[in-house]
Amino acid sequence: MEVEQIEIRDHIKRFAPFDDLPEDTIDRLATQVEVAYYRAGSTILTYGEPIGDLYFIRSGAVEVYRRNGELYNRLSEGDLFGQLGLMMNKKVRYPATAIEDTLIYLIPDALFQELWEAGDHFADFFDIEDQGRLRAAVSRQEKANPLMTSRVRRLITRKPVSAEATVSIRDAARLMTDEGVSALILTNPGKQMDQEWKPGDNPMVAGIITDRDLRTRALAEGLDYDTPVSEIMSTDLVYIRSDKYVFEAMLTMLRSNVHHLPVLHRNKPVGVVALSDIVKYESQSGLYLVSNIHHQVDVRGLKRLSRDKAATFVRMVNEDANSHMIGSAMAGIGRAISQRLLELAEEQLGPPPIPYCFMALGSMARDEQLIVTDQDNALVLDDSFIPEEHDEYFKALAKFVSDGLAECGYTYCTGDIMATNQAWRQPLRVWKEYFTEWIEKPDAKSLLNSAIFFDLDGIAGNTQFAEVLKDLIATKAQRTPRFLAYLAHAALNRKPPLGFFRDFVMENDGKHNNSINLKRRGTAPLSDLVRVHALACGSRAQNTFNRINAIEETQLLAEGVANNLRDALELIAIVRIRHQALDIEAGRDPDNNIEPENLTRFERRNLKEAFQVISNAQKFLRHRYHASGGGSIN
Amino acid sequence: MPGSTAAAQTLDWPTRFETLAATAHTPALQRYYAAGAPAGDTPMRDVPMVALDFETTGLDADTHSIVSIGLVPFNTHRIFCRDARHWVVRPVLPLHRESVTFHGITHSEVRVAPDLREILDELLEALAGRIVVVHFRHIERAFLDAALRWRLEEGIEFPVIDTMELEARWHRQKPPSLWDRLRGRKPESIRLADSRTRYGLPYYAPHHALTDALATAELLMAQLQYRFDPDTPLKELWQ
Repeated sequence: MEVEQIEIRDHIKRFAPFDDLPEDTIDRLATQVEVAYYRAGSTILTYGEPIGDLYFIRSGAVEVYRRNGELYNRLSEGDLFGQLGLMMNKKVRYPATAIEDTLIYLIPDALFQELWEAGDHFADFFDIEDQGRLRAAVSRQEKANPLMTSRVRRLITRKPVSAEATVSIRDAARLMTDEGVSALILTNPGKQMDQEWKPGDNPMVAGIITDRDLRTRALAEGLDYDTPVSEIMSTDLVYIRSDKYVFEAMLTMLRSNVHHLPVLHRNKPVGVVALSDIVKYESQSGLYLVSNIHHQVDVRGLKRLSRDKAATFVRMVNEDANSHMIGSAMAGIGRAISQRLLELAEEQLGPPPIPYCFMALGSMARDEQLIVTDQDNALVLDDSFIPEEHDEYFKALAKFVSDGLAECGYTYCTGDIMATNQAWRQPLRVWKEYFTEWIEKPDAKSLLNSAIFFDLDGIAGNTQFAEVLKDLIATKAQRTPRFLAYLAHAALNRKPPLGFFRDFVMENDGKHNNSINLKRRGTAPLSDLVRVHALACGSRAQNTFNRINAIEETQLLAEGVANNLRDALELIAIVRIRHQALDIEAGRDPDNNIEPENLTRFERRNLKEAFQVISNAQKFLRHRYHASGGGSIN
Repeated sequence: MPGSTAAAQTLDWPTRFETLAATAHTPALQRYYAAGAPAGDTPMRDVPMVALDFETTGLDADTHSIVSIGLVPFNTHRIFCRDARHWVVRPVLPLHRESVTFHGITHSEVRVAPDLREILDELLEALAGRIVVVHFRHIERAFLDAALRWRLEEGIEFPVIDTMELEARWHRQKPPSLWDRLRGRKPESIRLADSRTRYGLPYYAPHHALTDALATAELLMAQLQYRFDPDTPLKELWQ
């Protein structure tokens, strides 16, 4: 034994998972390896033959195949293979061939097993199930952010302060001042705070008031101090359970634009969480930006504020927020800007002649908006709509909002899916006809263009209209297999690549590309296929993670598949997000294209696993809904 | 000098080793020869080998000394790093400044290093029963022979496979033609690093005895896969 095997030692320790091993372990490893040479074209491993070593590629290139002869992976310097055979039954599972002259360092099985048992990092790298690695990568990241590991109950410092809803505004204000709280829970007369409370069922809690309510609804309105507080309290109570994570409380606040959340434990209020409690955990979650947006008095102010969006995005990335948090925060900002623009439009144009609902479509509706995004929106008008009388108003409203959004960085939709387009500025009954037509008489081409309408969310006005449409979709879609088959067909249009080889993206036919669009080849095909399942399950959820949760409850997917989909989505989304953040920090225009040379080895490995999850899910989708083929790549 | 190709190919090394085992005085040498040499008709796939490299103070075995020795055992299939060895030994003559920069071994390292005699038993044991593989046969065999004559008053003989001589068979068969010379075409280099490149082998920093031994073993493996059938008899390669 000689520790002076410098070449081998120095080379191996450059590559994961060896880069994390202690020096003396690397020294020992270097003295234990055997070296083998395979000329280009020769067989390295044959299926079913005994295997006693882990194969590390020192130089050259190797192709690994599935048992059915399908290309599984193309590997180069620093890559490993043979681990599956070592972990299963010491027989080769995936045959391998040298495609260039290849020098291999063979690490004996005994040493491999020893390292595997000794170190978590090493074991994670070789997790026996491919997707286990994805789980490990995602959970490692989750552990990094306190918002994702702390539960809401940790934010509670005192019991909630409450009063009967019959007390006067003055008494309520006095109690809040004495107790030093900014929110007061109001109970129905005769109900005790420690009684079990089921939302909607003879509620003990009547409502909530906050400092802001006292200012805007009592003082500003000049109400008499003896007015019962019940007249100004909020009764549509938004609450959170104590076992939820802090980031979920943050998402709830972002979505509802409220700053106080009653916390329930076993259906009893145990405290109130305020925005400031969460900000202590994480300073730049976008919550401040959202509340600031609502204070802007003109488009110029909104435009100026929207520049902070990129800074918020970068900060959240650097604080290890997950893609759900970032997507929700960005969507929350976009929603707030849209809402404020509508308010400004109404100030300019006067009150609307008939009720309307402004709908967000696509990524904003899914709470998956990122920094590079265009605007997709529509107007649903009350059925009393008479074009000659009303459309001028709504045309002007749509134009005001659309131009304002463009000013704020949400570029016009190239597909013209905007409320400025007359086709997408229609009364509710027309919208019902649209969806009925799409669902009952589907054709491949129209579905490619209309899939975006199946992610919808009412963000201003009479949002009940959007709920009616969601109900219609949820009821009709699941009963119409033909529609699901066409939607599945459309979802198979974009496919993930096989993986990476050196600095190229490797396609399934073995061809190479210089870069990959992670939206088009990753997150979009994944949310497309999840949408099909969600509609098949009758789910009304819009966010892809929430849709996966809903699908999971129906047992439509095999055990563990839902977890894999979640992890794959998180992984691809966060790589895409991180690279956009790097672009912004470097002063470049962020986009969805990534060159493999800018990916770490870990990112490449994990992305490859995530692509595999999508690929398998697409196969299942085709089979499940009898969808035909699927188009070509891109 | 047991080096010329014609002599080697007619030489019956197993018999020669038997004779030497009986006539050698030094016990370590007796044991080395007694371990035997593979017969010339042994197929290469069955030949145990050991790649050997010396770093020396110069090129002349009679006036220069060995500074370090690296070796690694292998066969046509695998190289066994766990049995690799490396020694720094004290040269008889002082180190030249140039050779220090060359192989990176410093005066202080050499000052505490053992004499070759002290590691000779281990060295010969590592070589025993294996065919020595070198790149450029005029160094290792000549220097070891001279060093042993100087210390033990008897030399050493053994067959070698020379990876440089193998490369020369394919790239130096005839001198460059006038036409080649007019076009400025240079003959292919058969130095270790250049030869390795032709087989897609990676670049290694040169002039460390163990790294060079490893590099030589890898080169022979590649040469065997590209140029020879695994059943080729040993006598077609050795010298």
